[in-house]
Amino acid sequence: MATAHSKSAARFMIAPAVFVLLVWMLIPLCMTLYFSFADYRPMRGVFEAWIGFDNYARFFSSSSFIKSLVTTLWMVGSILLITITGGVMMALLLDKPMFGQGIVRILVIAPFFVMPTVSALVWKNMFFNVDNGLFSYAYKFFGLQPYDFLSQAPLFSIIIIVAWQWLPFATLILLTAVQSLDSEQLEAAEMDGAPALARFRFIILPHLSRAITVVILIQTIFLLSIFAEIFVTTNGAFGTRTLTYLVYQRVLESQNIGLGSAGGIVAVILANIIAIFLMRIVGKNLDN
Amino acid sequence: MKLKQILLTSAVGFGLSASIAAADAHGTTITIATVNNGDMIRMQGLTEDFNAKHPGINVEWVTLEENVLRQNLTTDISTGGGAYDVMTIGTYEVPIWANNGWLVSLNEGMADDYNKDDLLPAIAGGLTVDGELYASPFYGESSMVMYRTDLMEKAGLEMPDAPTWTFIREAAAAMTDRANDINGICARGKAGWGENGAFLTAMSNSFGARWFDEDWNAQFDSPEWADTLSFYLDMMNESGPAGAANNGFNENLTLFQQGKCGMWIDATVAASFVTGADSTVADKVGFALAPDNGLGKRGNWLWAWSLAIPSSSEKQDAAKTFISWATGPAYAELVAGNEGWANVPPGTRTSLYENADYLAAAPFAKMTLESILAADPTNPTVKPVPYTGVQFVAIPEFAGIANQVGQQFSDALAGNQTAEQALANAQELTTEEMEAAGY
Amino acid sequence: MARAITPQKKVMWTALAWAFGLLMFFPILWTFLTSFKTEAAAISDPPVWLFFDWTLENYAAVQERSNYPKALMNSIIIAVGSTLLGILIAVPAAWAMAFVPGRKTKDILLWMLSTKMLPAVGVLYPLVLLAKWLGVMDSRILLIVVLMLINLPIIVWMLYTYFREIPGEILEAARMDGAGLRSEIIYVLTPMALPGIASTVLLNIILAWNEAFWTILLTTVNAAPLTAFIASFSAPEGLFYAKLSAASMMAIAPILIMGWFSQKQLVRGLTFGAVK
Repeated sequence: MATAHSKSAARFMIAPAVFVLLVWMLIPLCMTLYFSFADYRPMRGVFEAWIGFDNYARFFSSSSFIKSLVTTLWMVGSILLITITGGVMMALLLDKPMFGQGIVRILVIAPFFVMPTVSALVWKNMFFNVDNGLFSYAYKFFGLQPYDFLSQAPLFSIIIIVAWQWLPFATLILLTAVQSLDSEQLEAAEMDGAPALARFRFIILPHLSRAITVVILIQTIFLLSIFAEIFVTTNGAFGTRTLTYLVYQRVLESQNIGLGSAGGIVAVILANIIAIFLMRIVGKNLDN
Repeated sequence: MKLKQILLTSAVGFGLSASIAAADAHGTTITIATVNNGDMIRMQGLTEDFNAKHPGINVEWVTLEENVLRQNLTTDISTGGGAYDVMTIGTYEVPIWANNGWLVSLNEGMADDYNKDDLLPAIAGGLTVDGELYASPFYGESSMVMYRTDLMEKAGLEMPDAPTWTFIREAAAAMTDRANDINGICARGKAGWGENGAFLTAMSNSFGARWFDEDWNAQFDSPEWADTLSFYLDMMNESGPAGAANNGFNENLTLFQQGKCGMWIDATVAASFVTGADSTVADKVGFALAPDNGLGKRGNWLWAWSLAIPSSSEKQDAAKTFISWATGPAYAELVAGNEGWANVPPGTRTSLYENADYLAAAPFAKMTLESILAADPTNPTVKPVPYTGVQFVAIPEFAGIANQVGQQFSDALAGNQTAEQALANAQELTTEEMEAAGY
Repeated sequence: MARAITPQKKVMWTALAWAFGLLMFFPILWTFLTSFKTEAAAISDPPVWLFFDWTLENYAAVQERSNYPKALMNSIIIAVGSTLLGILIAVPAAWAMAFVPGRKTKDILLWMLSTKMLPAVGVLYPLVLLAKWLGVMDSRILLIVVLMLINLPIIVWMLYTYFREIPGEILEAARMDGAGLRSEIIYVLTPMALPGIASTVLLNIILAWNEAFWTILLTTVNAAPLTAFIASFSAPEGLFYAKLSAASMMAIAPILIMGWFSQKQLVRGLTFGAVK
């Protein structure tokens, strides 16, 4: 169907996007790669261009590496779980007939517009704070001892904050999918006496599967690089150091650019492994 | 250069280059980076006075929260600088940056009335390298005990001018009244080298502990550190606030102002806040020196937020003019005229502590000065050390290491690990980092 | 609605949905309320809900301390600029991928997405050094380009999925009528793709508006947007909840309002090809 002419035109049109992304990928990435083999510590005035794999060896052997990896997986996994189950329920709920549907939708998607720094600050100070946070007042109201969320359940607290921000996104995408559901098929199933759970399991869920994979892919891309929420709430304390945060500490707090760059390269490689894995799934969907 | 041209040309092509802000046509514009502490916000508010005196110089402010500021300044200075003409940095950064040749000496070129000799020697000493002053102190601080006189009386105790740790702990237990939401002791627990790192390092000095021995071996496996940390944890668990592991300077300040702390050991600069308008307990606050353990060292630190000029600045003369204004003797009177003597930035000049108006308005002046004079950065603890700095170790690696050590201590305070585990982890990671740094 | 809905059911769904909606919205509402309290009322125990002395002093204090209009203008220019620049580059690419797919098309698309996984802080020093070498630190153009690059993969993907929904027959019919490539894009494709482009623009404005790593580290004065504005209120000395709330509301209000007015567009358009 496509002529040779349109093929070359197509290549010409894809070129700018590919070109800028290649430049973006290659220049900073190559510099990072270069630094990762260097002993580069500006605070000491040290720059030695080649020290072999020392930085990598140190990054891998450090006890914080595996821990940060586990933390990252926990964090991303939990947030995905919460936003997807929550998103499916919310989408189904918002599709029901009700009064003031438009307003409810606005209320639900509002958190997505709040910048991460602001939401982390608001949650940390006005909700989680053990002395003046709303949760503490609630605990006291019920005669309970206030609970210090950020030090007793730090990971959970951050997960709550991030899930609050991303639940609207999942809801939005899943809602469009729910709306395209064939209502006649559902009604037929209802007539046949299929219980609600079965209708969900055999009709709704398969229909949503594609939307769910899309949500997983997009969110994973963003969640792997969570930074502001950790920086604001715990500053990496209480075992909330993710891989991204560990690299941040190496680069900016320890001022060891070589080591941090090695960490950055490791993070790129790991992220790409996850990406390839995810894209296999989504790629299949793109074909259909 | 070709790439540069292509990029810039394409920028023009998109018609967006107009958005690059044009430089101010008249006069010099200097960019000042500062932390969002109360005294600095006040300085920013007084910019008009500076403009009136020096109409040729425009001032642009970049006011940021401490962590963000530090991150921006370090990135800028270690990549060659250029973004700022005046930077607000502390006693920790000044000698390191000066040694790298990143700062301009302030020995020459300051205003005539600047009077360098008036600076408190202890404060100026920390900002001087090889006889050159590399930053001018904006306010200086040590740490001391702030306590509630009414609660102390109620507990039937009397605070000595120079208390011991044992007394502090007993008094804290006696003052604690959980039913009325009163915690005997508030102290920093939030992780960070400038938060619990500063508090515990200063405290450990009075217990005879040190970060490194003369050969730069980490000393967290020493009995002195074990004593320090277990004493701190026990005291905080008995009498500290519930969320202590998240409380830094600002959180504790809020608690104290709300009347929820019996005692608070922290920066002397807080004295004007706890006796100021925001405080519900302003008229019931007493001051004492930081505690000791009878070993000859007190647990008080020494710090000065200071203004420095990066060597990369192209407007060093204007920057010096600004620093002379902001840290010169006349600035105190300017603040006093606008906001009262109690709000003058403390701890930098001898003349301030000889000023009768100031002494009358600031009940904490005497204790602040004594605390500052009692700190000895070159000889911080009982045993000899290879480093300078009271609550920090003046080497570039310290910030990164102490942030992680602080996280271990914070985790212990939150009850997620024991003191032994925290110290073992601290020992391991410090050794690891120091080896990598080539010590 | 084909089915008859009993009023009881509708009331039940309404109650449930409103409960969840308010729960999600509550943190924003609470911030909004707190921004009108005095600092003392903001931390009063028990909390005060509606009956307090409403005051505008926090907004005045925030306004006095920082240049809000400038930060707002920078945020708008950077968010809109990077989005438009991205669209300009992405539309042709997505068009070509959707209508003239080659063997490598899918690989290119997936590779583009994978560039999004570059951890920002890992390339911080290279980028800062590069920006200084080019002399573009603290310029809006730098942020426009950087944020464009970060979000370009998402833009391409979204547009690609929209374009794929457009039936190829229409294009062929246009071609038969002798329409050139240009007019094909302008008169046939664009009107059909407009809703998709609109929601792509919206989503990317939101993402660029909220980006808080590069926008803080690459700016000082001239290009500092609202993310940097917030960083000066996050933990000052003394009581700050009310002032922080006021600053927060000022930072999120513009995008919140934009989002609300365009929520229909967002709900319809944000599919990423999820709906077939």
